[in-house]
Amino acid sequence: MIRIQLVKRTPLTGWYRVLVPLLAVVTTLVLSAIPILIAGGNLWQSYYYLFYGALGTRFNLLETFVKASPLIFTGLAVAFAFRAKFWNIGAEGQLLAGAIVATWIGMAGGSAPAIVLLPSIMIGGFLAGGAWAAVPALLKTKLNVDDVVSTLLLNFVILHIMGALLFGPMQKTGASWPISEEIVEAARYPILLARSRFHLGIPLAFAAVLVIWFINSKTVFGFRSRAVGVNIHAARYGGINTTSVILKTALISGGLAGLAGVGEVAAIQYHLLSDLSPGYGYTGIVIAMLGNLHPVGVGLAAIFFSIINVGSQTMSRMTGVPSYISGVIEGMALIVMLIFLLMNEYKVRVVRK
Amino acid sequence: MPGAQPVPDSTKGRYDLPAKTAANDTPVIEMRGITKRFLDNVANDQIDFTLHAGEICALLGENGAGKTTLMNVLFGYYSFDEGSISVRGEQVALASPKDAIANGIGMIHQHFTLVPTQTVLENIVIATRDEKRFFLNLKGARKKLLDIQKQFGLYVDPDTRVWTLSIGQQQKVEILKALYRNSSVLIMDEPTAVLAPQETVELFKTLRVLAEEGRSVIFISHKLHEVMEISDRVVVLRNGKVVNQKRTADTDVKELANMMVGREVLERIERQVVEPGEPVLEVNDLNVLNDKGLEAVKNFTLTVRRGEILGIAGVSGNGQTEMCEVLFGVRGAETGTVSVGGQPLRLGHPLSSVRSGLARIPEDRIHMGLLMDMTVEDNLQLENHWTGRFARNGLRKFDEIAANSQTLITDYSIKTDGKDAPAKSLSGGNLQKIILARELSSEPEVVLASQPTRGLDVGATEYIHQRMVEEKVRGAGVVLVSDDLDEVMGLSDRIIVMYEGEIMGEVAGSGADREQIGLWMTGVKS
Repeated sequence: MIRIQLVKRTPLTGWYRVLVPLLAVVTTLVLSAIPILIAGGNLWQSYYYLFYGALGTRFNLLETFVKASPLIFTGLAVAFAFRAKFWNIGAEGQLLAGAIVATWIGMAGGSAPAIVLLPSIMIGGFLAGGAWAAVPALLKTKLNVDDVVSTLLLNFVILHIMGALLFGPMQKTGASWPISEEIVEAARYPILLARSRFHLGIPLAFAAVLVIWFINSKTVFGFRSRAVGVNIHAARYGGINTTSVILKTALISGGLAGLAGVGEVAAIQYHLLSDLSPGYGYTGIVIAMLGNLHPVGVGLAAIFFSIINVGSQTMSRMTGVPSYISGVIEGMALIVMLIFLLMNEYKVRVVRK
Repeated sequence: MPGAQPVPDSTKGRYDLPAKTAANDTPVIEMRGITKRFLDNVANDQIDFTLHAGEICALLGENGAGKTTLMNVLFGYYSFDEGSISVRGEQVALASPKDAIANGIGMIHQHFTLVPTQTVLENIVIATRDEKRFFLNLKGARKKLLDIQKQFGLYVDPDTRVWTLSIGQQQKVEILKALYRNSSVLIMDEPTAVLAPQETVELFKTLRVLAEEGRSVIFISHKLHEVMEISDRVVVLRNGKVVNQKRTADTDVKELANMMVGREVLERIERQVVEPGEPVLEVNDLNVLNDKGLEAVKNFTLTVRRGEILGIAGVSGNGQTEMCEVLFGVRGAETGTVSVGGQPLRLGHPLSSVRSGLARIPEDRIHMGLLMDMTVEDNLQLENHWTGRFARNGLRKFDEIAANSQTLITDYSIKTDGKDAPAKSLSGGNLQKIILARELSSEPEVVLASQPTRGLDVGATEYIHQRMVEEKVRGAGVVLVSDDLDEVMGLSDRIIVMYEGEIMGEVAGSGADREQIGLWMTGVKS
């Protein structure tokens, strides 16, 4: 009988850690041929339009960045929390919390100038997301409540709070569906490049990548959050206030997710609506894993997902392969990445008995 | 084992063993030349062990003597490298606990294997169910269980949910489970460790009934008075070998203590006498609870001076761990104060211990002392990454950090691929050196080392002993907690012995009476 065993091995380090996600992406694209062929697409044509649709024209390229922006924020949010082993599955809810507060400030903005309103909605959205993440962090540190469950379930709580607001105090006068008033002009992210939707939130997302990288690798807090993630008992023993580290981590993580919500309101929709996010918070989990929890990896993974998302629209129009294929490819990317990460720590051995 | 199993005679409601005849008057268990190695470590070295029907045999030895390993071999948990096992005269291969159970061997662990939310009866039935049947035969099982309870006088209500039972009762359920499987041999791994004194009395009654009914019991323990009280025969293990075995009636606690702790000293440590200075560690009337909320340390008072090594001897599990955890800052105390260099510690606050000038060398270095998935440098930084020397305004000073790491790696001769190598790539001895480097480089006032050489090879052990002596000569007060008596006796200027959370007695280190210490370690006051 032949049996296949997984044997632990010394993990490869250095360049291999960069190579793993790249290999995973290539493997994913190769494997994507199967669903594309099943959907009846011409392989080369499909891949051509997938990438042409995402990168081929100026507008499409900039649109890819527009779509990447919220994914970078939610991906960073998840990656930052996971590094400290705060299992934040709630970026979706924190995004909505940020969006609600941003909309509220934006609606009430009156005649305040952009110089006041823009920072206000950003800070307000950041704090709202952070506060929404601090709830499960407090439950975890004070009452030992499982963070996976509490962060996830709070997504549905905020979803219904938002529903109540959109049918209640925040509802647009005269509207019969769940939508808010538009935010004032001065609270909207400026468009930075003409004839596109390339807005302030995009450089902000890339700045966030740098800031998180800086926090992780250069600061005392980054060291502590990593120590807490690696071994919370040793961190505590070493004199690190683990409760404080987890709370701060949750605040920053939730804040980043909140900024994703701010961007969707202030740059794309200009009002709050019940289907504001097509699951950016959940996709953020996949992106964090694909990016190996490293901020730069997260940025690249978010762009990759965005390429697949935007490109699949063109592919669908030109070849008839349904654009839902992007979901299949993204799911596959996660599975391939997880297998590759596993292979980094284990090797396969075939045993004959 | 066809024909060798106890034959249930349901007409009489009794579950007797086969009648003794000339043909089967062989030992129930016969282990011959059992050798079990873990990598280079010989846990059992050519052990012969026999057990007869109706016998209560005590297996006595210090931690790490090989008792539990031997029993895990017998119960099929571990394979062995050399030797053979016979059950009732027939050689058997025990590849798994299933095989052991089929041969009538039952093992009762310290940690019970019961489902808390199920009833006693359900627990017993699921453990013994016929895997070919889909439905449980609860009715038949109930009758069998009640019969067994009557026969052995082991009464526990079959319909009570296990979580409502006391520890002693849960242990009874475990025994019932073994009897329900018709076990003729019961291995009990330190069964009294979890019991209150009255429960121990009851357990001993049960064991005597079992023996009268022809079952055999292997009783693993390191408590001498219990061994004297319950066993018919004592087998003493030390360093993986059988040192001696005697009928319990023909020996006494003194002799057993001697056999258990041995007399040979493996390593000669240069004894350096320093005139002790002022007191530097003062522990006053410490009372500490363990994780189960039971008293682990009772009225513990201690003074350590500069320039001396105080050894704390004792079988592990007698409160040393909890006492150290309080000083380390990771466990609070019910009452009591601790001061290091005259400054009181804030108990239960690790940072207070970190800042106090106390070098902490923890017993569980992998889980408590180290960040195995981080680098050597990160581990060297664990306690002082925030200090002015290594950080300013929340930013780490990497040049300073790198220079410090290099120095420590050289000074403490840590064998590693470099400061950025992951800690988990280092050997146990070098991991301990990381901790030593981290703790001792700041010239602490007190060094508290808990089991500092456990699991380390001879070279690393010697290095650590030498460092302890150097710290003492430098003028630190050193506390060495160890269950290795040779280590404590070789290094200490004073020795105290802990037993069940209390200090049993104190002796001077040079010329300490080993026998006296051995008696204290096993709870015999003299």
